[in-house]
Amino acid sequence: MSKVLIVAEHSGNQLNQSTARCLSCAREIDPAGADVVVFGSNCGEVAHQAAALEGVARVLTVEREENQAALAAIIAPQLAVIAADHDYILGPSTTFGKDLMPRTAALLGVGQVSDLMAVTGPRQFQRPVYAGNAIVTVEVPEGLKVVATVRTASFKPAAEGGAASIVPNQVAAELPAHTRFIELRTGGGDARPDLQTARIVLSGGRGVGSGENFKLLFALADRIGAAVGASRAAVDAGFVPNDMQVGQTGKIIAPEVYFAFGISGAIQHLTGIKDAGLIVAVNKDPEASIFQVADIGLVADLFEVIPALDKKLG
Amino acid sequence: MGENREWNVKKIMVCLKRVVDYNVRIRLRPDGSGVVTDGVKMSVNPFDEIALEEALRIREGGSPVEILVVSIGPADCQQQLRTGLAMGADRALLIESDIQVEPLIAAKAILKVIEREQPDLVLLGKQAIDDDCNQTGQMLAALWQRPQATFASKLEIVDGRATVTREVDAGLEVINVDLPAVVTTDLRLNEPRYVKLPDIMKAKKKPLQTESLASLGIDLEPRIRVLKYEEPAPRQKGVMVADVDALVAALRDKGIFN
Ligand SMILES: Cc1cc2nc3c(=O)[nH]c(=O)nc-3n(C[C@H](O)[C@H](O)[C@H](O)COP(=O)(O)OP(=O)(O)OC[C@H]3O[C@@H](n4cnc5c(N)ncnc54)[C@H](O)[C@@H]3O)c2cc1C
Repeated sequence: MSKVLIVAEHSGNQLNQSTARCLSCAREIDPAGADVVVFGSNCGEVAHQAAALEGVARVLTVEREENQAALAAIIAPQLAVIAADHDYILGPSTTFGKDLMPRTAALLGVGQVSDLMAVTGPRQFQRPVYAGNAIVTVEVPEGLKVVATVRTASFKPAAEGGAASIVPNQVAAELPAHTRFIELRTGGGDARPDLQTARIVLSGGRGVGSGENFKLLFALADRIGAAVGASRAAVDAGFVPNDMQVGQTGKIIAPEVYFAFGISGAIQHLTGIKDAGLIVAVNKDPEASIFQVADIGLVADLFEVIPALDKKLG
Repeated sequence: MGENREWNVKKIMVCLKRVVDYNVRIRLRPDGSGVVTDGVKMSVNPFDEIALEEALRIREGGSPVEILVVSIGPADCQQQLRTGLAMGADRALLIESDIQVEPLIAAKAILKVIEREQPDLVLLGKQAIDDDCNQTGQMLAALWQRPQATFASKLEIVDGRATVTREVDAGLEVINVDLPAVVTTDLRLNEPRYVKLPDIMKAKKKPLQTESLASLGIDLEPRIRVLKYEEPAPRQKGVMVADVDALVAALRDKGIFN
């Protein structure tokens, strides 16, 4: 049996890439591999995708009508039961994992290592604090289960090539009736690459000026196969929906290339892009702090740069 | 705020954490034991301020609701509780402690207060901007065996239930929970009001009670030990280019676009 258990994140029929990233983290804890647990009302497809990842020992499925929407209050008591024999329980540091894992940790009577970014010992880990302006090394005392959310931008997704067995499970946990799922409203940008997995991300800030102007960014993104993100100021101003926000309170991403257009570079934004391979900044203010972290900086008006890039890169 | 709403929330508890102000560029202590806080501006955690603002708006939209603000930490947290009282909370409780309080211990301490106060709703920020843990609300809800609605950007209360819109990675999720419940707040829930001088004066007369964390009788043994603080690895210095042509050339140079 594996020491490490990973909670799969999925949409019902598609395994989220965060699970493969958690697996890479798990293998730094135990190279032998990890179990993956899938909660859902119909886990078949997702379980097969998880079983195909290299390093998965077993895929445990917990099928139940109540598990259709991943409500923390419903999943946590089941996860606490499934995790009884594991020493490490990992979930992704996405809104799914952030909601579920602390509730589970409390049920197990242990703390949680949030945003685990590096494994520095069997029970020793690093994680960012103060919006990434400091890194702490923490240790979980011997004899306690380690519950963690994994900072997905810090780990590469595990490759495919596994053929783990899929083991259906029954969990005799009593589930509360006090929490009901109503609906999920998505931003609707389904045709574009996902912000969290895209190779290239183009982000716009307050400098973009309006939702209408964001179309310039979308057009360029579509031409080069990029995802589109935004600063908090752009989301707060209503230019684009909340699921596009990058930063401390938005998404933490690690694309190969990140373009920041009209973004000043507040620390809360920068914490979301620190692991980008290359940061390109376009801002008309030469003093903007984004230039202190940019690999390539251009002082210019974004309304001239974006159409020009569209022509030259097309 | 809608009219004709049936109000059943009588008491709201809001948790306020004292943190280094979000505008401060933090410095580490040379021995790596933490960040420098001496002479540094401290504030209410911005997410908790939003939680309190929401409680005030619930009160302003309906029948009388008592609002209790609670903080855990050193005696200096009284400043942040006074800010909470000045914003409009009715009374404050400081659970005094000089040890580092990790989220699980905070949740257990808050639960003790809940057992005594019986609030209908507990509001707190989704995370504190110092340790960025994003745990306390969820842990509290688990120990209390009540619903949690995390990352709230909209909250509506009708007939003893709360409908909460949550900011999630895929967009906006709407859930409905029975009260009492724990709701953790995201940035777009509201914009907190500014505190006016007369309110600060008035707040001085409002009750602020103190008790020690040790007196609550909970296990204070840390479940996670913090060994050291370090600076993050710096990014290498980049280059500035003169125009779009030079930008495209630099990108091609890096093998990004062919
Ligand atoms: C607790 C907390 C959490 C936060 N979390 C986040 C988060 O997750 N993500 C986030 O992004 N922010 C976050 N913020 C907000 C953050 O502090 C900044 O306010 C925000 O990032 C600013 O967004 P911006 O750079 O788009 O806007 P601004 O700071 O207003 O910058 C706009 C920039 O656009 C430039 N510009 C204007 N016009 C043009 C043009 N025509 N061409 C080129 N450049 C132009 C300007 O020179 C300026 O630099 C958080 C804040 C707090 C307090």
